[in-house]
Amino acid sequence: MSREYETVIGLEVHVELATKTKIFCGCKTDFGGAPNTHTCPICTGMPGALPILNKKVVEYAMAVGLATNCKITKHSKFDRKNYFYPDNPQNYQISQLYLPICRDGKVEIEVNGTKKSIGIHEIHMEEDAGKLVHDDWEDVSIVDYNRSGVPLIEIVSEPDMRSSDEVIAYLEKLRQTIQYLGASDCKLNEGSMRADVNISVRKVGQKNFGTRTEMKNLNSFKAISHAIEGETKRQIEIIEANKEVVQETRRWDDNKESSKSMRSKEDAKDYRYFPDPDLPPIYISDEWIEKVRKSQPELREEKLERYKKEFDISEYDATLITESKHLADLFEQTSDICKKPKKVANFILGELLRLLKEKEMDDSEIDFSVEHFAKLIELFDSGVINSTVSKQVFGEIFLNDVDPEKYIKEKNLMVVDDNGTLERIIDEVLEANPKSVADYKEGKKKAIGFLVGQTMKAMSGKAEPSKVNQILTKKLQ
Amino acid sequence: MISIEKMTAIEISKNIKNKKISTVEVLDETIKQIKEKDEKIKGFITVAEEEARKQASLIQDKIEKGELLGPLAGVPIAIKDNIDTKNIKTTCASKILYNFVPTFDATVVKNLKDAGAIIIGKTNMDEFAMGSTSETSAFEVTKNPWDLTKVPGGSSGGTCAVVASGQVSCGLGSDTGGSIRQPSSYCGVTGIKPTYGTVSRFGLIAYGSSLDQIGPVAKNVEDCATILETISSYDRFDSTSMRRDKYNFISALKQDVKGMKIGIPKEYLEKGIDDEVKEAVLKAAQIMKEKGAIVEEFSLDLVDYAIPAYYIIACAEASSNLARFDGVKYGYRTKEYEGLHEMYKKSRSEGFGDEVKRRIMLGSFVLSSGYYDAYYLKALKVKRLIKQAYDEAFEKYDLILGPVAPTTAPKIGESLKDPLKMYLSDIYTISVNLAGLPAISLPCALDKNKMPIGVQFIANCFEENKMIAAGHALEKELSENFVPNFSLV
Repeated sequence: MSREYETVIGLEVHVELATKTKIFCGCKTDFGGAPNTHTCPICTGMPGALPILNKKVVEYAMAVGLATNCKITKHSKFDRKNYFYPDNPQNYQISQLYLPICRDGKVEIEVNGTKKSIGIHEIHMEEDAGKLVHDDWEDVSIVDYNRSGVPLIEIVSEPDMRSSDEVIAYLEKLRQTIQYLGASDCKLNEGSMRADVNISVRKVGQKNFGTRTEMKNLNSFKAISHAIEGETKRQIEIIEANKEVVQETRRWDDNKESSKSMRSKEDAKDYRYFPDPDLPPIYISDEWIEKVRKSQPELREEKLERYKKEFDISEYDATLITESKHLADLFEQTSDICKKPKKVANFILGELLRLLKEKEMDDSEIDFSVEHFAKLIELFDSGVINSTVSKQVFGEIFLNDVDPEKYIKEKNLMVVDDNGTLERIIDEVLEANPKSVADYKEGKKKAIGFLVGQTMKAMSGKAEPSKVNQILTKKLQ
Repeated sequence: MISIEKMTAIEISKNIKNKKISTVEVLDETIKQIKEKDEKIKGFITVAEEEARKQASLIQDKIEKGELLGPLAGVPIAIKDNIDTKNIKTTCASKILYNFVPTFDATVVKNLKDAGAIIIGKTNMDEFAMGSTSETSAFEVTKNPWDLTKVPGGSSGGTCAVVASGQVSCGLGSDTGGSIRQPSSYCGVTGIKPTYGTVSRFGLIAYGSSLDQIGPVAKNVEDCATILETISSYDRFDSTSMRRDKYNFISALKQDVKGMKIGIPKEYLEKGIDDEVKEAVLKAAQIMKEKGAIVEEFSLDLVDYAIPAYYIIACAEASSNLARFDGVKYGYRTKEYEGLHEMYKKSRSEGFGDEVKRRIMLGSFVLSSGYYDAYYLKALKVKRLIKQAYDEAFEKYDLILGPVAPTTAPKIGESLKDPLKMYLSDIYTISVNLAGLPAISLPCALDKNKMPIGVQFIANCFEENKMIAAGHALEKELSENFVPNFSLV
């Protein structure tokens, strides 16, 4: 990017809240399910049906607001956003325009060691729309209202970000905070967290903002970074060519790595917002705010401090583990059982992260039992299995949640502890590899590695490599 | 068999309880009445004979077992066609809902069924309750039972006409700007618009959500109070529903009016009011004085602003409420179209009538950016000021007495030519809805053409008991027989 320009970025982040039921009716919010099975007259907009506010939605919105240092609006209201589209059964979305539940917040981010505060303009509550599927074969569109009425909050930031790194750090921070609160699982791939990015560029030192565009359809952090870089470049090119950036909404195409105009400001819709007469204003008392504040779970910063005090692990490890609520929960629960936090941390940060990456999984998808994990740590720690075998067994726990004790027995993976067997095997290996023995004796000390390997192979991995090494060294003297 | 044509709801249920007539016989007789009379009156859109028969035998059983003792057990009741009835077509008198069958009962219908009332059918109305004559119905024009060349009023004209013509003893209407009280006045029956939030709106197909209330229509105050007590309830399915301490509407009938302070807004009697209507109000005032009430005139400002404020608020809400009727999910869809937008446009253009379109356009306009502050917010301000003016009045008075409509029922076809004139006829009823107040309309006199004239008592919020007491006291003193000549029908 040219050094003459800076990018100004603001985000609108939609988060699906983890309530059991929808925002205005008692239908389930579960992802998936056969089309139109989680529906009722209310979330399908039947004539005469009326919305009833789910109190839990208000509490989650307040919790997120409090965790992001927002002011809670004591008299909050719902408004109708009017537009025609078949995924929206009433042809209006119940949202908040005039009196959103939270305002004026901020979160701290850190990029390459530099701390920065990102302002939050507001957080408002609204309902999600259904899903339209176009059937090309029959040439019809089909609508599924399972998602219609699933509660959302929209977190609108101030235009405080200047790079895609800052944007990703901000999103990670929001995701971490919201996951810690238990207010949402924040999965970008399932759409439970979605971000629209507002971008403008201006000359460094210029006071006024440039004309902004809004980028939609960003389904991963990667897409977000690429879109920001692409759009910055596109806008600079327009300005360099002495043309003007058009205020518009653009759609990102992840396959083509480019964006296309959806609509410009001229044909921007007039949503004719007005207060929803079916929903009385929400009054939030100081007592209610305090109640939510008190029931706020331990957030990341507090957890990190506690880990440093309570557990015998490095600050670096504690930082990495507490980055994710899922990992922190796993760490704590497992350590509680086996009382070996250091080893638990090593497994999580080593094998577990490697496997997640390999399988392209999110840590929220981890679903093995902590009892199995703790037992594995104990087996490894007491020397029943060696390090190589422990990794292999962990892989099995990760994938199939096997009971490590049974699995090890079935597969006969215990370390062979009787010296007689080991010495006999080593003698055989030495005899079979005279060249390596000779090399070693001539001073090529590395040759011992090969011999250890051969021994381990002959032992089917069930020996302790350090012990093999020790015996070999003695015998080769 | 005894004739039920002139009976009230309470008389019917008493006769059933005393085994003079059975629920099934009442139903047979009601269906006979409907067959005889409704060909001319055209008050019903749907007669739900089959559903009613199923209910009737079940209810007869329960009455015999002593499980149903209430004053509406076994009584057939007519429901305005904008109130959801499970398995019975509910059209709002609109082509766009011509085939719509709800999957659930409105809370009021559920309450009535629990009390043993029998849903006999769905009545005609102005399309989506928009109109004052019931002529904007997509299906039929209801006739006034007192004079078949005249309108029954609206929008609950169907309910009022079928009660007035003795087809049923009672029914439900809805009142957004006078839609129960004005047709009650034109048809010579009694109707109540309750305090906003008293009767659940769940299952009422919304017109102006912040103004709509369902209420009873019957032949006298006692029936109205009884039905109102039955349908009123706190309903968690309606977030605007109020939890009231008591629903003491029936006991209010025994309340004395002696010493009650009643105010008459002098602006109501000044201009635009028919002389005979004015006389009827003064006659009611005289009777109330004789009963020991203190009656005086006072000034109620802001009357002039009520109509524009009402049309802005009601139409704004309607433009959004009616957006869901789009041909996608239920109801009417145009036959030929290319693409989504043409489908929307044609379905709605063909499915809605002129008056509904007029109000959707007006409502969309006042909510548009740039006009929202100038119209919508200003209208809300007027609404608050009107409420304040009433608050002040109710510091001095227990009740306000006034006309319901400036004239008696106009001829069919007269009002549609001039919608603005039709809007002005709501002048005495509209401000009650804007302030969320309860009011009762009851017949008080007949004009020289033998057409009924109604008067209304308006009470402060949650004080229905006072207006019920006053209405009951007044009706007992009236010598007129407010029953049309059935031979005309």
